[in-house]
Amino acid sequence: MLCQDCKKNEANIYFTQVVGNKKITLNLCRECADRRGFHSPLENAPFPLKEFISGMIEEPQKKKELQPELACPQCQMGFADFSKRGRIGCGKCYETFRPQLRDLLRKIHGASEHKGKTPQTRTEELIPLREERRLRSELKLAIEDENFESAAKIRDHIKELLEGR
Amino acid sequence: MFEQMLKSESVWLSGEGPEHGVVLSSRVRLARNVKGFAYPPNSKSESKGEILEIVKAAIEKSKSLKEGKFYFAKPIDELDRSFLIERHLVSPEFLGDKANQGIFIGDGENISIMINEEDHLRIQSIQSGLSVESACELAERVDEDLGRVLEFDFDREFGYLTSCPTNVGTGMRASVLIHLPGLALTREMDNLISSITKFGLAVRGFYGEGSDVLGNLFQVSNQTTLGRSEDDIIDSLLRVTKQMIEYEGKARETLLADAKDQIEDKIWRAYGILKYARVLTSAEVMNLLSAVRLGIGMGMIKELPVASVNSMLLLTQPAHLQKYLQRRMTSSQRDEARAELVRKMFQNGSETFSQEETL
Repeated sequence: MLCQDCKKNEANIYFTQVVGNKKITLNLCRECADRRGFHSPLENAPFPLKEFISGMIEEPQKKKELQPELACPQCQMGFADFSKRGRIGCGKCYETFRPQLRDLLRKIHGASEHKGKTPQTRTEELIPLREERRLRSELKLAIEDENFESAAKIRDHIKELLEGR
Repeated sequence: MFEQMLKSESVWLSGEGPEHGVVLSSRVRLARNVKGFAYPPNSKSESKGEILEIVKAAIEKSKSLKEGKFYFAKPIDELDRSFLIERHLVSPEFLGDKANQGIFIGDGENISIMINEEDHLRIQSIQSGLSVESACELAERVDEDLGRVLEFDFDREFGYLTSCPTNVGTGMRASVLIHLPGLALTREMDNLISSITKFGLAVRGFYGEGSDVLGNLFQVSNQTTLGRSEDDIIDSLLRVTKQMIEYEGKARETLLADAKDQIEDKIWRAYGILKYARVLTSAEVMNLLSAVRLGIGMGMIKELPVASVNSMLLLTQPAHLQKYLQRRMTSSQRDEARAELVRKMFQNGSETFSQEETL
């Protein structure tokens, strides 16, 4: 299907919005979608999802408590990066940007509190991560070499790693 | 790759399960992420590689995943990728970053797990007919098994954490693939779509999203994932789907009462074209098969089981056609080969066509 705006390019962005009994359908190519300014939060037709989410986030300059330098300690994503990409960086981001994300989640889902199931308590040991596997093999070597001082250090290191999880 | 899958039917095409005349399949997908790792769109190759390794190890340890096969994404070429998409085993977004992606496919294709798509794990269960509950049960069993050896990102307030905020909470997307030719013919679809959105559900045309709906196939799924329990999501999807089935039945009754001759003509014309045409595009086949499927549902066509129509819907798609006939073809070659294949299937009549015969 051709883009309904330029009638030249293949349409690859399909947008359908249903408000009450009214249905709006748009079939556009990338350029024409850009031209229509779907990135603007004022536009009543928010698409694609990334921009849709950005549009739901209040502009940072308007909110003083939003420090631009605030970044996730685990993945270094800043809130501005998220607003641009519409994807969260990692699990820690949810903690870092909790108040802002709570607002956003309310807008998306009409709720911000999880009502579903919680993970079961584990019955087996977790699969060791790469760092842990590396340390464990070092520990084994240290013990074989009877280098107990460094073995003790490595053991503490593993303990720290596991507690951090 | 994946040749063995061609030989065995996809479970979701078996034409079994409750309401299989209208509902083709039910699907439940769970998004999960491993704690302590950046999410795929934001993470470095090394970190993704590690996720791939540990999730693969977790799959090997899981009781519920003993029967099936793990594939690294790297050797999957374009044709195989399309094949998996047509089979609903992976999303079109999958295999964008092949180096660190992988997929597990359970025997019978009831269960599949994509690794490093948008989230670290996407667990999917698919069943034939209106079987959302059993699809959900299976996905949850796999989720629990994997959760014994992997620690998933979970927050007491927000629930399961995901790359896209639209999936946070249960991380669950439950959907049905439903065939509604009666409602489409009586032009009731638009009204239905707008009322369904009020229940927190989304409806979209199955293949040509946004453009014309091919084959009158629609996908209904939950819109939101947070603030509702899994059971609640499944329950509202089930209730609305049952209602849609009822409306579809009424629409068919109306058609029979008001326009029996036209409908019969439409159905048998479709049957005739499928049985004798020499060139068929994939869109045309889908629309004609939709009419034949309606004919079976209304009791007009008796010699063809619904399962054969479902198989044809899948085998006539571009990647399946090429893998099935074991040769690469241009679009126009495919249209001829497709017509030939459909012709053979129709001439076999009521016997479910056997794979060897055509191979």
